[in-house]
Amino acid sequence: MNDKNLALNIGVVGFLALLFFLVSDYHDGIIARILILAIFAMGYNLLFGYTGLLSLGHAMFFATGMYGYGLSVELWKFSAFEGLLFALVISFLFSMSIGVLTLRTKGVAFMIVTLMFSQVFYLVVLLFGEHTGGDEGFVISTHGRTLFGLNFVDPTSKYFASLFLFAVVLLGLTLFVRTRTGKCLVAIRENEERAKMLGYDVWVHKFIAIIISGVICGLAGASYTLIFGYAGAAFAEVHYSILPLLWVLLGGAGTLIGPLVGTVFAFYLIDISSGYTSAYLLIVGLVIVLLTLFAPQGLAGELKRRMAHWLQ
Amino acid sequence: MAPISHLSTKGLSKNFGGIQAIRNVDFDISKGQIRALIGPNGAGKSTFVGMISGRIPPTTGEIYFADQNITSLPAHKRICLGIAYTFQITSVFSKLTVHENVALAVRRNRQLKPNDVLEQVSSILDKVGLLDRANSEVRELSYGHQRLLEIAMGLGQEPSLFILDEPTQGLAESEVLEFITILKSMAGLTTILLIEHNMDVVMATAEFITVMNFGEILAEGTPDQIRLNEEVQLAYLGKT
Ligand SMILES: Nc1ncnc2c1ncn2[C@@H]1O[C@H](COP(=O)(O)OP(=O)(O)O)[C@@H](O)[C@H]1O
Ligand SMILES: [Mg+2]
Repeated sequence: MNDKNLALNIGVVGFLALLFFLVSDYHDGIIARILILAIFAMGYNLLFGYTGLLSLGHAMFFATGMYGYGLSVELWKFSAFEGLLFALVISFLFSMSIGVLTLRTKGVAFMIVTLMFSQVFYLVVLLFGEHTGGDEGFVISTHGRTLFGLNFVDPTSKYFASLFLFAVVLLGLTLFVRTRTGKCLVAIRENEERAKMLGYDVWVHKFIAIIISGVICGLAGASYTLIFGYAGAAFAEVHYSILPLLWVLLGGAGTLIGPLVGTVFAFYLIDISSGYTSAYLLIVGLVIVLLTLFAPQGLAGELKRRMAHWLQ
Repeated sequence: MAPISHLSTKGLSKNFGGIQAIRNVDFDISKGQIRALIGPNGAGKSTFVGMISGRIPPTTGEIYFADQNITSLPAHKRICLGIAYTFQITSVFSKLTVHENVALAVRRNRQLKPNDVLEQVSSILDKVGLLDRANSEVRELSYGHQRLLEIAMGLGQEPSLFILDEPTQGLAESEVLEFITILKSMAGLTTILLIEHNMDVVMATAEFITVMNFGEILAEGTPDQIRLNEEVQLAYLGKT
């Protein structure tokens, strides 16, 4: 039964690989970006969709990866590979500290505390504008956009590197959610008190979830900078804490494929509607209202409810 | 041979604001015994077992389980030591399947392969008569079936001390009989602390009875002794 999920997700990755050859360069560029942001959404989904912890500060994890990579490559002349490793280590340590600090709270308090930390992060980025470039940000030099002989100025490299990273995270999560730990996260989301009274250490499991979530989002931020060659404070703003929540809600919280579906949907909704009218946000808003009315579980969530109960 | 104490409390008390819900209770169960805990509503039974399972922190006093002072252990660690607790107010994972609810209980304490978990869960569901509902979502189940699921989750933990807080509330007559059979089949292997209002169940299963009233132990004894105890009759059983 579980292997339907694995098969579906491998199928999606295969389809995306084919898609590169079927659509125009313009769309290849958009899809590459979507795939990296979908990694961000998947990281967010692990904490929100699976564990039931609603964070309003995930931009800080994305930005940790982004600046961990960008600054180490630009200021200290790390190679791309070293920069990537450094970004992941920093993301790990940062998520751990945020976990320790925020997991004292629950519910609304957790939302507010994560929001505050993320705002502090944003202000710190601005404060060190001399190095971070503040709102304007900075572009990455050639050595920081070359990894394993691939240069990410090239659209094909961009696309397949993004797809590769997306696939690794998607398949990794597919395997993770069926482990004992993964299933315990769902139990905590559904009934924390009961999970505790079955002998699960709720705090430790939430801590694990926040770390994995933070590292995945950090990976997304670092890869974004590596592949698209830019880091800027806009990615640390509250806007980028709300977006993954929106994508996950649209696509289906607590489903593996939901974050991708939601990110694709949101991007193309804006892309297509802005082609018709400058008041495209009106259309976007309307569609979101309709979706919350008719598919409150998100697109993949609705599919799961109606026919594919096996969807994880 | 003196019976080995499995669980005991010393001077256990709980205050809720001004109310003294539990007053200085010394309590002891020997290993493998089926003990009923009875008493009128509000006597403090749920509070008392809540302190044993770790859901409610005691105001004063100590709790010993398997020769270990567990007073300051968090709930999940007590569960890992072998205590299982079924809630008086049904508390299950209502959006997950019946199977997954029990699997969560089975998986916790034992490193089992997925296939062994499947087998264990199926055999437990069969025992409580829920096997045909294994793949239903719990919220589709009747109240009585959800109560049975609570019991199944407790069984899934394979506890050495099984605390049940009014498990038969809301069960049909036939299900109560099933429940009695299940309890009896555990006798001697598992220590059972059963809070129960249904006196037929108490008399059919309990080897020993503790009566609580106003947060204190009013009387203890064998079912026959309790039946004949005048204080108990006044406080609880009523003159019918
Ligand atoms: N969380 C609580 N806060 C305040 N009072 C409580 C709380 N829980 C129980 N009580 C009070 O403690 C007493 C014992 O309750 P309880 O243990 O539920 O009794 P029983 O299970 O025997 O019916 C009652 O007077 C009840 O109102
Ligand atoms: Mg009670």
